[in-house]
Amino acid sequence: MCLGIPGEVIELLPDQPDLARVDVSGVRRVINIGLLTDDPPVPGEWVLIHVGFALSKIDEAEAGAALQFLEGIGQAYADELEALAESRIE
Amino acid sequence: MKFVDEFRDADTAHALAAKIAALCEPGRQYKLMEVCGGHTHTIYKHGLEDYLPESVTLVHGPGCPVCVIPMGRVDDAMALASEPDVIMTSFGDMMRVPGSNGSFFDAKAAGTDIRMVYSPLDSLKIARNNPDKRVVFMAIGFETTAPSTAMTIMRAAQENLPNFSVFCNHVTIIPAIKAILDSPDLRLDGFIGPGHVSTVIGCRPYEFIARDYGKPVVTAGFEPLDILQSIYMLLLQLSEGRSEVENQYSRVVPWDGNPTALKVIGETMQLRPYFEWRGLGFISHSALSVREKYAQFDAELLFHVPGVRVADPKACQCGEVLKGVLKPWECKVFGTACTPETPIGTCMVSPEGACAAYYNYGRMNRHRVKEAVTIQVGRP
Repeated sequence: MCLGIPGEVIELLPDQPDLARVDVSGVRRVINIGLLTDDPPVPGEWVLIHVGFALSKIDEAEAGAALQFLEGIGQAYADELEALAESRIE
Repeated sequence: MKFVDEFRDADTAHALAAKIAALCEPGRQYKLMEVCGGHTHTIYKHGLEDYLPESVTLVHGPGCPVCVIPMGRVDDAMALASEPDVIMTSFGDMMRVPGSNGSFFDAKAAGTDIRMVYSPLDSLKIARNNPDKRVVFMAIGFETTAPSTAMTIMRAAQENLPNFSVFCNHVTIIPAIKAILDSPDLRLDGFIGPGHVSTVIGCRPYEFIARDYGKPVVTAGFEPLDILQSIYMLLLQLSEGRSEVENQYSRVVPWDGNPTALKVIGETMQLRPYFEWRGLGFISHSALSVREKYAQFDAELLFHVPGVRVADPKACQCGEVLKGVLKPWECKVFGTACTPETPIGTCMVSPEGACAAYYNYGRMNRHRVKEAVTIQVGRP
C-alpha cells in the first residue's frame, strides 16, 4: 500500500483530464494523475503510483530499479498487482 | 531492465563499504535509523548490514503505516463495519491487523461486509453502485497515501455523494521522528530519511532535526546502493562535524515535495490535537482528521466510534521494535508465537514491518539467534 509502483502512461482519457491509462508489469488500468497538475505526464512517460494516484514522474531507469525492488519483495507486490487488477477507477 | 545494474553493482557496493569503514572513528559507535519500512526491507533482503563495520548499527524506525495503528483504532473500525447497512472498504495490508476481537479478515469470514480495495477511488465507486448502503473507507498511511484520500473526499464532494465517508487514520511522520528524538531510550547519530513520503513533503520538514538536534538526515532511495550511499553521506557529515539535510534520492524526491499533494491534504484535513501510535503512545499533532468543511464525509461524525483505548497484548513488543529499542528477533514471541501467518503484533503483519522483513528473509529466526548468541559468547 505504501509501496510506490512504476507505471508507463499509455494514454490520457479524453473526457476525463485527471485520468490516464497506465501499464504496470503488463496490467493496464486507469489511475488518477490529478496530483501532477504542475507537470502532467504524457504517453510514454513513467510515473510512481500510490493507491491509484500518480505521485511523481520518474525516468525509465528509475522505473526499472523500482520494478526490480518490487519484484524482489515477492508476495507483497503480487498482492498489490492483484489488487490493481481488481481496480476500476473512473 | 539493463539500467538496474548501476544500482546493484557488487563492486560499487564493496567500494562504498570500504569508504564507509574508512570514515568510522575507532572506538566510536554509530546508530543510524532508517525511518521507512521499505528501507528496512531492502536492508534485510540484501543483507546490507554484512557490508557495514560492526560499529555501525541500523535501527528500524516507525515508518510502517500499518504497524503504528493501535489496537483501539482497529476495534473502532470493526464497530463501524458492524453498523447496519455499512460496507467497510480497506487496503489489503490492513486486513490482517489484529484488534482485540480479531482482524478485518476474521470479521469478513464471520459475515461482516468488508471489501478490499486498491484505491480510495474504488471505494467511491462501490458507494456509487450501492446507493442504499453506507460505504466507509478505512484511511491509513503517512503522507504518501493522505493525498489520495484527500482527492477522493474532494471528488465525493463534487459529486455530492451522500453515502460515502472516510474513517481517517492518516498519520504524519515528522512528529513521530520528534518523539523518537525526545525519547530517553535511544541515542541516534543520524537518519536515513524516507523516500516516498518525501516525494510529498519534500526535504525541508527534516531541517529541524539537523538544526535543533544536530543530527544529519539523508533522504534515500530503495536500492541497496542508494542505502549504502546514504550511510556514506551520513558518516561523511558526522566525520566533518556537519548536520545537514541532504537528498540522495533527488531523482525522485523534489526538495519542496509535491505542492499539489500538500494543498489537497490541507484543503480536506486538519491536524488532530493528539493521536495514539502503537508503541509510541500519544503524540501531539501527529495525525489528521477530516476538516469541518467536509464533515459529511467524516465517518467519526456520522457513526458512533467507541474510542476505547486497548493495551497491546502483553507478550507483544512491537512498541520497542517501532522505536528501535529492540531488534525484531529480541522480542520474546518473534518467530514462535508471532509469525506472518499468525501475527500477534503489527510489525509482523505488514511486509514493510521490521519483524516480517527479518522473518521472511530468514536473517534471524529463533534458532539462528541462539546460534549467533552462542558464537558471540564463545568469542575470546
